[in-house]
Amino acid sequence: MIMPLAILSGMSMTLDEVRHTARLARLELTEEELQAFQIELNALIAHFNDIQDLDVSAFEAMPHAVPLTNIYADDAAQPGLTRDAALAGSFKSRAGLFIVPTIIEE
Amino acid sequence: MELAKLTAAEMGQMMREGKASSVEITEACLASAEAQAHLGAFLHVNREGALAAARQADDRRAQGESQPLLGVPVAVKDNICTEGLPTTCSSRILEGWVPPYSAFVAERLSAEGAVILGKTNLDEFAMGSASDTGAFGPVRNPLDPDRTAGGSSGGSAAAVAGNMAPLSLGSDTGGSIRLPAAFCGIAGFKPTYGRVSRWGLVAFGSSLDQIGPMGRTVEDCALLASAISGHDPQDGTSRPDAKIGSPTDLPLKGLTFGLPVELDGEGIDPSVREAVAAAITRIEAEGGAVKRISLPLINVGVTTYYIIAPAEASSNLARFDGIRYGARVEEGGHNDSTAATRGRLFGHEVKLRIMVGAYALSAGYYDAYYLRAQQVRAAMTAQFNEAMQDVDFILSPTAPRTAFRLGEMDDDPLAMKLLDLCTIPANLGGFPSISVPAGVANGLPVGLALTGPSMSDERLLGAAHSLERILR
Repeated sequence: MIMPLAILSGMSMTLDEVRHTARLARLELTEEELQAFQIELNALIAHFNDIQDLDVSAFEAMPHAVPLTNIYADDAAQPGLTRDAALAGSFKSRAGLFIVPTIIEE
Repeated sequence: MELAKLTAAEMGQMMREGKASSVEITEACLASAEAQAHLGAFLHVNREGALAAARQADDRRAQGESQPLLGVPVAVKDNICTEGLPTTCSSRILEGWVPPYSAFVAERLSAEGAVILGKTNLDEFAMGSASDTGAFGPVRNPLDPDRTAGGSSGGSAAAVAGNMAPLSLGSDTGGSIRLPAAFCGIAGFKPTYGRVSRWGLVAFGSSLDQIGPMGRTVEDCALLASAISGHDPQDGTSRPDAKIGSPTDLPLKGLTFGLPVELDGEGIDPSVREAVAAAITRIEAEGGAVKRISLPLINVGVTTYYIIAPAEASSNLARFDGIRYGARVEEGGHNDSTAATRGRLFGHEVKLRIMVGAYALSAGYYDAYYLRAQQVRAAMTAQFNEAMQDVDFILSPTAPRTAFRLGEMDDDPLAMKLLDLCTIPANLGGFPSISVPAGVANGLPVGLALTGPSMSDERLLGAAHSLERILR
C-alpha cells in the first residue's frame, strides 16, 4: 500500500486541498468557511494517525455490523408512490416532471 | 397534567381499567408539551392528529383491542419519516418538507394504536452530542434549562424527562439515544443492529444507525422495542429473527459484568466514576459480580468512528441536491445550484462531517483511512466478542461527564466528540446497549450503560430492569 505523503509526514491539509474536497462534496463555501474548516479538519485528521500504527493486518475490513448476503426480491409489481406524491416535495415540477436547473449550457 | 406523569405501562393499565381514556391522556401530554415549549423538545406538536389518533384508539379499545401501546402517546425524532407530518432533521434543507410515506417504525406505531404526539428536536441530521447543531434552536434539559439535554436525540429525551410523553423514539449512530437518556435521567435503548428496520429513517451512517426507544423505565422501553422491532423486507439489513420479545427475568445474582478499565480512568469525570462505583457496590450487594477487564481498542473507537460515520454520511447526504425534495438555492446551472443549495442550507457541523467523509474516501486516502478504520472496527468487535465470552454484559458509564451548560463546549469541538467515547463501540460492533439512570453526581443524572452480545436484547433488557430496581 502506498501511503500518501500527508499521512507519512503528519502533514496537514492545505487550503487548496480543503477547496478541492469541498468541490468533491458539492459544497459552496465562503473563504472564511474554508479557513475555519481547514483548522477543524486538520485537528480531526491529526487523530486519524492514531490508527496508522495499529497492527490490524489479521482482520478483514468490516463494512457492516452484520454479515450481509444478497437478497433477491420477487420479480413482481409492488405498490409504490404515485407520481403526484413523488413530485409533491420537489422544489419545482411541471407536467408530471421534476424541473432541474440547466445541466448543459449553450 | 398528572396523567402525563404516568409511565406507558401505567397509562395502559388505567385505560384497560376504564379509569382514563386515550383522549384524556393525550390531552394531558399535549398540554405538558405546550406548557414547556421553551425547552425546544418538539419541532412540531401534532395536536389535531394526535387527538384524532387517540379517539381512534379509544374506539379500537371499545371494540375489544388491547395492545400494550394502544392509546399511549409516543414522541418521534424528526429524522424519522411520518406521512403527512413535517420531517426536517432540524435542517433548513428540509424545512417544510412533508414525507409522502411513513417509516416502518411509524407504521408499526399506528398498527399498535400508539398516538404520535409530535416530532422532536435533534442535532442537524443527528450529527452532534448536545442537540445544539440544529437549525431551529437547541434542546434544553428539563432538569436544568441552562444545560444541554444531550444529543442527538435530545428532544426525545427531554420530552420523556419533562413528562410530555411517556415514550419516544430516538436514533443512535454513535450514542445518540443513550447519551441524552443519561443526561436527562431516563432509560434509552439501542437494539442489536438489524432488529429495528431503518426504512424511513433519514440515513446518517447506515452501517451504524439504529432506531430505539427512550422511556422513564426499562419496562416501557421494552414495550416500545417489542412494538417497533421485526423483519422488514424494505431494509436490506433487517434480520429475519428481528422481533424483540419480552425481557428475560434476570436477577443480578449470578450475573457477571465486565468494567473496561479504559472507561474507568482518565477521561471520565471523577464524579461520574464515583456514581459508577456506588452502583457497582450495590450490584455486588445483590450477588452480582463485577470484574475489571481491558478492551484497549476502545481508545481508538472515537477516531475509527470519525472516519467511518462521516464517510457514510458524505455518501448518504449526497441525495440532498434540491431536486426531488427539500429546498433549493437557484444559482446558474445544475452544478452551481447544487453546491449553493448544500453550502447555504446545511449547517456547519453537517458540512464539516461531509468534508471529513469526502476526504477520507478520496483517492490516495481511502486505503489509509477508510479501509484501515474498517479493519480496526473488526478488531474492536472481536475484542468485545471475546470479552463477552467471560462476562454476561459490559458495564460502563454512558457518558464521561454529566450534562454541561449550553455553549460551554463551543470552543472545544474535539472534547464534544469525546462525549461518545463510551457509546461508540456498541455501534461499531452492532451490539445492543442500554443506558439506565444510576443516581446523580453534583445534582445531575448519571447513566450506567450495559452492553451485551449481538441478539441478547431480551437478556439485556432483563438485566437492565433488575439494575434499575436497585439503583432507583
